[in-house]
Amino acid sequence: MRTSTVDLVADTPRAAAARRTMAWTTGGLAAAAAVAGGWLAPPDAVQGQAQRLMYLHVPAAWVAYAAFAVVLAAGVAYLITGDLQWDRLARAGAEIGVTLTVVTIATGSLWGHLVWGTWWAWDPRLVSTALLLLAYAGYLALRSAMSERAGTRDGGDHRVARSAAVAGVVGFLLVPVVHFSVVWWRSLHQQATVFAPQRPPIDPRMGVALLLAVAAATLGALCVLLHRAVRLERRGTTGASRAPDRVPARVG
Amino acid sequence: MIRRRTGRATLAVVLLAAGALLVTSALRDTLTYYRTPGEVLGDPAAARERVRLGGDVVPGSLRRDGDLVVFRLAEGGHEITVEQRGAPTGTFREGEGAVVEGSLAVDGTFRSDHVVVRHGNEYAPSTSPVEPADAR
Repeated sequence: MRTSTVDLVADTPRAAAARRTMAWTTGGLAAAAAVAGGWLAPPDAVQGQAQRLMYLHVPAAWVAYAAFAVVLAAGVAYLITGDLQWDRLARAGAEIGVTLTVVTIATGSLWGHLVWGTWWAWDPRLVSTALLLLAYAGYLALRSAMSERAGTRDGGDHRVARSAAVAGVVGFLLVPVVHFSVVWWRSLHQQATVFAPQRPPIDPRMGVALLLAVAAATLGALCVLLHRAVRLERRGTTGASRAPDRVPARVG
Repeated sequence: MIRRRTGRATLAVVLLAAGALLVTSALRDTLTYYRTPGEVLGDPAAARERVRLGGDVVPGSLRRDGDLVVFRLAEGGHEITVEQRGAPTGTFREGEGAVVEGSLAVDGTFRSDHVVVRHGNEYAPSTSPVEPADAR
């Protein structure tokens, strides 16, 4: 994470400009995805207009997986290097992953209401996704509670960082369970289309809209991740040197 | 120190495994979300209590009889006639999958009061692909 071309998590004007460029690119991709998903792609033969929820639901779910992969990778990197920068990246990843899992469940619930005829079902995919949400909400709660008890800032203490890294690595075990739940068990939820071994047919316009939406969501989440990592770092440095009294106020 | 840590790690692994075992056994009904017609016919006694039955709606079998919707669900060569009380959702149609909730009556029909549509993972434009876009 030291400089290669531009260190994107650095708190410098050059890195900030690079992050802004990335944000504008995200905006462009999101606009293209909205046009493709909202108008250019045809409504589905079976599901009608409700199928357009796929362009929100699937990217949210995939990027949530990716965010939890960041928690895993950053946790491993912290355990190897002992650099708190990784710990803050893991926290930011978990925050994004939890938010996107909520988005996944909300859009999936609406989609289920429109197409399945039910808002919720006690189905392996739905229940395992709820468990995933609970696990990472618990991860964030654990971090917050441990830092509060130690009287430190979340993201600035090695004892918290070590436990959080272990929890983040173990928590990732749930991600394959969620992803393969529709294959391993008998589920109401449809199986994967794009990541299926023999890819079932999907209309190319739908496929393009989905890819654009996934690209926009991935890049957008990366922007938020970098921004959040910089903010957490900045808060840590100012807190240590100038304003230690602001420390206990942070609970979230 | 190293010994204590391996001990703690082992404990954590054991606890996690026990937790996973508990969760999966508690969620047995969830893990098999529905039974197939073959399973229900093979063990009718189990289907006298409330179960979920899933299959494809047999084309040509769907008819409405007052507020009853009658159709056959088929999978793997087995079929069960379903009497569903209450209108299913709009996406319900012949040839698509469905999961109904209810119990098997003595006369061999499945009386259900809840139906959800189970659609596949194939996505195709609706039969008149260009018209809807132009119509708007």
